[in-house]
Amino acid sequence: MTEVLEGRPSVADTVWTEPVSLIDSVPRSVAMLALFVVFIALWQAVHGFGIVSPIILPSPWATFMDILFVGQNLISGGYMLPALGVTIAEVILGFAIALAIGFSLGVLVGETKFGERAVMPYLVAIDTMPKVAFAPLFLGWLGFGISSKVALAAFIATFSIVVGTAAGLHAAEENARMLFKTMGATRLQTLVKMKLPMALPQIFTGLKLAAVGVMAGAITGEFIGGGKGFGELIRVAAAQLNTPRVFSLITYLSLLGLSLFWTVVWLERKLVFWRRSSIGEGIAGQ
Amino acid sequence: MTAAATKIEQVGHLGRPVYQLRNVAKSYVRRKLHALDAVDLTLTEGSFSSVIGPSGCGKSTLLKIMSGLVPPSQGSVVLEGRPVTGPRSDIGMMFQQATLFPWRTTLQNVVLPIEIRDGKAAAARKHDAARDLLELVGLKGFENAYPNELSGGMAQRAAICRMLVTEPAVLLLDEPFSALDELARDFMNMELQRICTARNATAFLVTHSIPEAVILSNVVYVMSPRPGRFVEAVTIDLPRPRTLDMMTEPRFGAYVQRIRARLDQGAFI
Repeated sequence: MTEVLEGRPSVADTVWTEPVSLIDSVPRSVAMLALFVVFIALWQAVHGFGIVSPIILPSPWATFMDILFVGQNLISGGYMLPALGVTIAEVILGFAIALAIGFSLGVLVGETKFGERAVMPYLVAIDTMPKVAFAPLFLGWLGFGISSKVALAAFIATFSIVVGTAAGLHAAEENARMLFKTMGATRLQTLVKMKLPMALPQIFTGLKLAAVGVMAGAITGEFIGGGKGFGELIRVAAAQLNTPRVFSLITYLSLLGLSLFWTVVWLERKLVFWRRSSIGEGIAGQ
Repeated sequence: MTAAATKIEQVGHLGRPVYQLRNVAKSYVRRKLHALDAVDLTLTEGSFSSVIGPSGCGKSTLLKIMSGLVPPSQGSVVLEGRPVTGPRSDIGMMFQQATLFPWRTTLQNVVLPIEIRDGKAAAARKHDAARDLLELVGLKGFENAYPNELSGGMAQRAAICRMLVTEPAVLLLDEPFSALDELARDFMNMELQRICTARNATAFLVTHSIPEAVILSNVVYVMSPRPGRFVEAVTIDLPRPRTLDMMTEPRFGAYVQRIRARLDQGAFI
């Protein structure tokens, strides 16, 4: 036996491993950082070679310095802090209203035959409309104060929650429905103990879309209707051709949007603990 | 040994009658479908009966009527002396899918029927009984596991416990293990026999598998479609407890052959 084996490659030489691509072998954080560095380098290059005027595109450094300036202003309680407070209030109120109305309406639509057959098509139709176009109407109805911005933010965010909730309730498995029937469950029991928990993933997809929508609604409302929020600061900075300021304010706004989005994601992981969803799920699909 | 042809109406007088169907028929007027035609069936206490037939022969309709989900067009359906007029907690049901709810632990899934019927406090009081059931089906130690930690066979074991927790008078089994692979399925069938014997359960199984029906049952009802009716009741005269080894015996083969011959061949095309 040994003679036969001699001259052959040893077992260790013939170990067959799956090829690993370069991107797979790099940790996610490193890959993200690398992309960020490349992006900044390109930005610097475009700026440095004078391809674009600094008024249109500021340098990365100027933007960075302005981010620090705005950050310092916010921390030290400068004039920007109340503005951020106004926008945060609009976003949170808008989201809360959208959640209350969207969820209730979604349950009504999802639980009734009439809702499913007659109301749902309209909701989907409205959901695909450019809802921002309603902004002037809200200003006309509610004036230039915070309420018109809250209303617009809530209006934009509501429909994805309605659609998510209703679709989630419709998605309950036939087997589970049958099981609950054989157990003699009431309609309310079926809703609370089976349909709603099963609908949670789709409800959260709606909430994640709403988190994005509510930001867009609040800022659009401020652009069009003025007021004392962050959107107004951006509008003023843009009018003064202070592009680094515009960029840094947008950075803080996206942090606000991200924290709302991540709160929703965190809540989803807590509540829908049996199902690991990726962060972008539902957003990419819509 | 050949299986004795039996009168279709009455076979297997093992014990007192638990579930009785008399002249049960079902037509769907809107679809102009005569799904079930004059079915007579008596399930006696502690007996295991199966119905076998091609797809669309009315098995599901029969089971839906027996579970109280669908009213019959005519005939009487009586369980434990009381007419069945809707879902009842003394009817235990099991489906092809375990349908455990992923946000509930195994134990919480098992006591769900109690929670639905009598509330959370009553469900909590049933925890000890539910633990005993889990031990009976071999799931001791998995009380607090979530369904996504269970295999397909384990999930069906938990579903068995959920069916048994209300102490039903009759078990209606709708192809309970057909989603499992064949090895697991054979094993689970033997487990089912053990559990039914331990509880002296009255069971009624719907299946597509002739060997499964034969190895488990005292009586196998052969059904033919359009309209669905029993064309033969085959009494399976094999000793209990049945074992998988019996499946290789000639008389087992004879039962299988007899049932296969009786099934309407055309319906399988």
